[in-house]
Amino acid sequence: MKDLSLFLGCVIPNRYPGIEKATRLILDRLGIKWRELKEASCCPAPGIFRSFDKVTWLTIASRNIVLAEENNTDILTICNGCFSSLMDANNILKNDAVLRNEVNLHLKKINKEYKGTIEVRHIIEFLHKEIGAKNLNKLIEKPLEIRVAVHYGCHLLKPTKDRLLGSAECPVFFDDLVEATGAVSVPYEGKTSCCGAGGGVRSAMLETSFKMTEYKLDRMKKAGVDCIVEACPFCHLQYDGGQAELEKAGKTYNIPVVHYSQLLGLAFGYTSEEVGLHLNTVRNPEFESKIAQIQNKNIFVSRV
Amino acid sequence: MGNVLHFMISLKVLNTSIHIIPAMKNSEILTCFQCGTCTGSCPSGKYTSLNVRRIIKDSIKKDISDQLDLWMCTTCYNCQERCPRGIKVTDAILSLRAQAVKKGSILPAHRAVCKFLIEMGHAVPIDDIHITIREKIGLSEPETVRKYPQALKDVKTLLESCGFNELVK
Repeated sequence: MKDLSLFLGCVIPNRYPGIEKATRLILDRLGIKWRELKEASCCPAPGIFRSFDKVTWLTIASRNIVLAEENNTDILTICNGCFSSLMDANNILKNDAVLRNEVNLHLKKINKEYKGTIEVRHIIEFLHKEIGAKNLNKLIEKPLEIRVAVHYGCHLLKPTKDRLLGSAECPVFFDDLVEATGAVSVPYEGKTSCCGAGGGVRSAMLETSFKMTEYKLDRMKKAGVDCIVEACPFCHLQYDGGQAELEKAGKTYNIPVVHYSQLLGLAFGYTSEEVGLHLNTVRNPEFESKIAQIQNKNIFVSRV
Repeated sequence: MGNVLHFMISLKVLNTSIHIIPAMKNSEILTCFQCGTCTGSCPSGKYTSLNVRRIIKDSIKKDISDQLDLWMCTTCYNCQERCPRGIKVTDAILSLRAQAVKKGSILPAHRAVCKFLIEMGHAVPIDDIHITIREKIGLSEPETVRKYPQALKDVKTLLESCGFNELVK
């Protein structure tokens, strides 16, 4: 297995930098060999750019992949959208000689060439396959006794023929990683349904996108959870910003939204602030004090 | 009987004006038997006028580039995963969108996102608020095209080379 280049994308560094910080902390704590993917651009976002023009989408994606090829590393994504664009583009370019030649003609203008020598990974499938929930559980220092609504996000799982992570109807690998932190993954209706953000719907039809978010939030609330855990900043943005918008319409949820990097950071003993939970729009002091209590309790236990 | 049926279907197809666009040739779209699994699986269709079954049906018969419904799909892939005919339904919607864009049917919000990519190399560029937030939590400038002018220039060269600026202007 190659070392990893961390691909930041757009939403994480530019809207939720706490997720970036948490990811750096947990990768170092896990002893994973990684570096920055310097000079990377937008993946580019699958919803709009893949819809608009396939060759443009492939070409911009290929440049990001080539940067990792030059590092002789695989790419690690922490966003389902980036995973979708880069993995799908990588698969297409590896298998379709005509498109690969076309893309390479464009890349030649910036003295680059796509070779097809690396893989694109996503932090959840990487941890699932390379470390495993059982081994991860042994590293946990502050078991988090909280109830979690896990949201996989569409593009982590689908198209299943490309993702090769099993069925998208009732997946368990992400739940296993969440439960490895000591949390309980609570079942809820519509668990694998979309958050509403993808496909350019959020950017062009915000109100419509929030109807799908409301569907999800209603069911998460009914299940009685302490927080939502996802592994995609676009889903993160949709749930976090969506709650603020729905509040204006008189619907209060107050469910904190936590990226898996942040959850794992908490289970390693980093504070809510250190993993950037205070940068969310939805702040829930009860949740943050619950986490602090759990972390302090475990200090006491270990000292005894 | 099978051959007769196949012949009748072929005749039916020949009598219909078919508008399959080149990028959709492999989508096996003509094998759709209108069961509606796609529509029943669609998270957007619960709340919007998006009816995937109808999009597939209409796209065979006519040009639907101007239909706003095309842009209500979140590309969640439920329809594609569950289609009993194995039709690449979401990929077909992406191809129909590309056809619409070629004909100039672009929503203003999407055009704005394209402009961000063209100018800054990011669909969601950083702003002053988030530069400050990064500093507060001990993060320096992101190691992206924003920090490396030549890298941004390369992205611009590629977009120009692909004709993307012309496409969305």
